[in-house]
Amino acid sequence: MSERILIVGGRVVDSASGTDALLDVLVEGGVVRAIGPGLGGDGARRVDASGCIVSPGFVDLHAHLREPGFEQKGTIATETEAALRGGFTTICAMPNTLPAPDSGSIVESLLERIARDARVRVLPIGCTTRGRNGSEVAEMSELAAAGCVAFSDDGNPVAHGAVMRNAMMLAGSLGLPVSEHCDDPVLSAGGVMNEGRVSERLGLAGQPVTAEISAIARNIALCEATGTRLHIAHVTTARGLEMVADAKRRGLPLTCEVTPSHLFLTEDAVFGGGKEAAYDTNAKINPPLRTEADRRALCAGLNAGIIDAIATDHAPHAIEDKLCEFDNAAFGISCFETALGTLLTQVGRGELDLHAVLRALTTGPVAAFALAAKAPGAGRLAEGSRADITVFDPNQSWVVDVQRFASKGKNSPLHGLELTGRVRAVVVAGELAFAEEVAHA
Amino acid sequence: MLDVREESRPVALESAPEEARWRWKDLLDTDVLDPADIQLVMDTAEAMSEVRSRPMSKVATLRGTTVVTLFYEQSTRTRASFEVAAKALGADVVNLTASGSSVEKGESLIDTVRTLEAIGADLVVMRHGKSGAPYLAARHSKAGIINGGDGTHAHPTQALLDLFTMRRHLGDLAGRKVLIVGDILHSRVARSNIWTLVSAGAEVTLCGPATLLPTSLAGRSERGSVKVTTNLDQAIAGADVVMALRIQKERAERGLIPSLREYIRGYQVNARRLALAAPGALVMHPGPMNEGIEISPEIAHGVGSVIEEQVSNGVAVRMAILYLMATARTA
Repeated sequence: MSERILIVGGRVVDSASGTDALLDVLVEGGVVRAIGPGLGGDGARRVDASGCIVSPGFVDLHAHLREPGFEQKGTIATETEAALRGGFTTICAMPNTLPAPDSGSIVESLLERIARDARVRVLPIGCTTRGRNGSEVAEMSELAAAGCVAFSDDGNPVAHGAVMRNAMMLAGSLGLPVSEHCDDPVLSAGGVMNEGRVSERLGLAGQPVTAEISAIARNIALCEATGTRLHIAHVTTARGLEMVADAKRRGLPLTCEVTPSHLFLTEDAVFGGGKEAAYDTNAKINPPLRTEADRRALCAGLNAGIIDAIATDHAPHAIEDKLCEFDNAAFGISCFETALGTLLTQVGRGELDLHAVLRALTTGPVAAFALAAKAPGAGRLAEGSRADITVFDPNQSWVVDVQRFASKGKNSPLHGLELTGRVRAVVVAGELAFAEEVAHA
Repeated sequence: MLDVREESRPVALESAPEEARWRWKDLLDTDVLDPADIQLVMDTAEAMSEVRSRPMSKVATLRGTTVVTLFYEQSTRTRASFEVAAKALGADVVNLTASGSSVEKGESLIDTVRTLEAIGADLVVMRHGKSGAPYLAARHSKAGIINGGDGTHAHPTQALLDLFTMRRHLGDLAGRKVLIVGDILHSRVARSNIWTLVSAGAEVTLCGPATLLPTSLAGRSERGSVKVTTNLDQAIAGADVVMALRIQKERAERGLIPSLREYIRGYQVNARRLALAAPGALVMHPGPMNEGIEISPEIAHGVGSVIEEQVSNGVAVRMAILYLMATARTA
């Protein structure tokens, strides 16, 4: 059943082994059979990777698949196809579905759907609290037994300090991390974008940076007190990142992620590129796009290795969720299919370091959620391990056209923008699951 | 709503420069208007003011033009002012409010404006509680959208009528001190006024409680400047114009100000404070006023007050906007 695939002439970059060399990769029987120069692969399907980088398939700790409950926005089938095209071969599904995965049976049903429809490996994240209600801790041991790799209430930050403390103590006893959207909902109440120059200009209610900073501070204190692994979801502020760096220096079991959107865009995207305000609802995300100073700090933090993972926060929405007044629009960006393009465009600009980007797409997230045992082979290219491989051309330019997205979510503020860097082929569990026709000579 | 009264004399526009032409499909805010655009509105409004002063104050210039007023929020003066302005130019006017229309049945803003366009609306005057809503309407409609106030963002015709009123009394505003007092953060009037006043070269000061001040709006352009302060007694010194804004009780309920009493103590425009302003300073208010709260009654109706004049100038300025936009569409 499995193909033999020979990926020829590419630059293999594997953070786990420190490999960065022109090598061939032979895939057979679902696993990486050999990595080396001038491999012969008689009868194997050849993937010409000349000019391309051959990487372990990307790992995403934060994605919204919308199923069950919001199939008009996306399904496991459509959104994992989008992940595949974006080079992501292992993704963690956030629990803001209906029903939310707060019991073993819901997780089991979710895993059945995943087994049936998913195009890439999907790992469920269980709820921190029952129904993501923020007041009663979910039955975490049952969720862990069912296969959840972490706990999170996603966009509902656990505001109640004692509930969070209890949840972290219980999660810690199960050896699983808590991934927390750090936001003080009282401080950010009603806010639809970053509070500051642009919100004051547009007359929109803002979310102050203090809402994120104070929540990060509280959660770092709980991390220190409980010893439980805390994963800070999508950090967006320079100050928040400083606190993460400080906590890491002190040796706390803390990791964090950043989204490609917050690395690439600022609050100005809401205003739009023209003279007249655009009120671009596609640039409305939570946490919001921040200032240029924050964006630069995030880039520096990624390059310095303070940020463990790049996570997409892929959030597909239906057209009507975004084609409305800014206040009424849903939060989120459909990100899978542009993530690598924006990251490599920034590598091209000298803002991001290629090795830092690839580390944060592979070994970084695997370590943050300790996925090595639960998702064998994820984030690494090693002979004998499961073959999840992404081949991309770092120099290929293309123009974002949301109508060509595999995702149901066409909600991207990048529509029409030229990016440099594109996925060419993706191997999932040894199968050539996606291959773009070779366009260049 | 058909208005058949008409008068044959055309509107006199001799004062408008030959080359000046209106170039905007919509009027969403004053921030995109350059000095020539603003001058064109001012000159045209002067002509309209002259029309209004005639015994038969109606003309047929916009005969055949359909103006729809689409109000998602309550309004007295703005809606009535636009209706009077449109009718004075001979346009057909249709008035719609959110209550009692298909908006109540869940129709989206885009569908509503497209429907109005299909019915034959040329210009839609829109008031909406959400900032930016007219921008959405404008992107999805061929009708010219006039922002009659959107959320806490902009109110361009108010700013233009305020400018018109100030220039009538003060002439050139270059170097003039204009003070705006109150809930600046949530004021669409203040925001739109900033752009026109800075463009006119005025020195603008925004004053209010720290929780209601958008500090990032402070700055300086090559023409004018904007300062931000919480100290009214200092800010009002030497002001040529003092504009008080309506303070909403809701701000106290949300804790942004401790109480209306405390607000009055710090920010009411009253006789004691006005005595600190320049002699003959203009007192303005976009209405509706809470007399005794943001402004004391004797000042609201005192010698320097041009508050009622603002309202009557509003008709002339809105006639100018309707005229410029309707004729630009047919040009």
